[in-house]
Amino acid sequence: MSEIQQGGGGGHKKGGKVRSKKASTRVDMTPMVDLGFLLITFFILATTLSKPSAMTLNVPDKQDKQVETEPLKASKVLTLYLGKNNTVHALDGVAPDDETAKAKMKDVGFGPDLRALITASRARINAANPTTDAGGAFVCVIKPLKNSTYKNMVDALDEMAITKTKRYALVDLLLQTDKDLLGDKVND
Amino acid sequence: MPAVKPKRNFPMMDMTAMCDVAFLLLTFFILTAKFKSQDAAEIETPSSISGIKVPDKDLMQISIDKDGKIYFGIDNMNTRIAMLDNMAAAKGLSFTDKEKKAFALQSNFGMPLAQLKAFLNLPGEQQKAFKQPGMPVDSTAQNDLAMWIYNARKANNGLRIAVKGDNLSKFPAFKDVLGSLQMQNINKFNLVTGTEAPPAGWTSDDK
Repeated sequence: MSEIQQGGGGGHKKGGKVRSKKASTRVDMTPMVDLGFLLITFFILATTLSKPSAMTLNVPDKQDKQVETEPLKASKVLTLYLGKNNTVHALDGVAPDDETAKAKMKDVGFGPDLRALITASRARINAANPTTDAGGAFVCVIKPLKNSTYKNMVDALDEMAITKTKRYALVDLLLQTDKDLLGDKVND
Repeated sequence: MPAVKPKRNFPMMDMTAMCDVAFLLLTFFILTAKFKSQDAAEIETPSSISGIKVPDKDLMQISIDKDGKIYFGIDNMNTRIAMLDNMAAAKGLSFTDKEKKAFALQSNFGMPLAQLKAFLNLPGEQQKAFKQPGMPVDSTAQNDLAMWIYNARKANNGLRIAVKGDNLSKFPAFKDVLGSLQMQNINKFNLVTGTEAPPAGWTSDDK
């Protein structure tokens, strides 16, 4: 710790005369460094450095009742039902009221599986339906079920951004055909 | 006793440099970081690859926690008081200056309008300890959220809307909030998410 040394520690001689013994003080900086690091730790823990990012979401106007474009052909659409326990029920290019729909519906988890499914579906549909529109003819419809979480919906929208799907829709209304197709999966 | 006592030389280090570095780091953190806002409830948001940042000013934040409770807040203290005045005028209530001041300090709140006056009169620690029950947002019975949104926009027309939802909140709660926004013709808003790196080799189309 601090010490007081007699005899002028470290000082150089100022002259030939006898000088009174100077007491030199040397302060140990260790507690000050301790204090400095304590304050740093307080500020690191009490404040936020990374700002949260924002994902934009545009929804169509609810008042408009008019039909925007011609009705979608089911063969161009990939329907994703967001179910419980982070499962996605995917229906690729088939209408929900088709007989083969129930057999064709696949259960996918989020992440690379879903991404691969969307990319494959998009490639297939765009190849089969060449058009001059930017982004192709592929449309993805996302239908969150009552037992899905907010995280599922954000992840699904994120997948749209990652796979660069330009045309997608978030639809929360389940038609009777959808309910028949899903059956038990709609319940909690 | 050993014949020759070894000379013990305790090494002494000059701490001045370390102290300098510590205070430089400290100054950096003080100047560049902002304190976390006191939110009414803990909310953990999902992450997305979106690179856009949440705006700092003119922000209206609607939070949904994991039980589906809704909280509302705006960032500017003066706008908060103006919004409270608009609300009071619309509903025929009145708030004292002290209550208005207490309200201006709340960054986020969530309770039915009837409970607001009582809450504002509680002393500081009790306010923090009070578990806010969330704002009612049923579109049929009583949609407090829609009224707060309307009065906030009346106080400041340039407010941008951010919806901050918890990972585990169920979709119907978000749907109710969406309904309240669409009722007022608000179709463009932001979802607050954490930052996530896009998958390897992904380049953005925009810009």
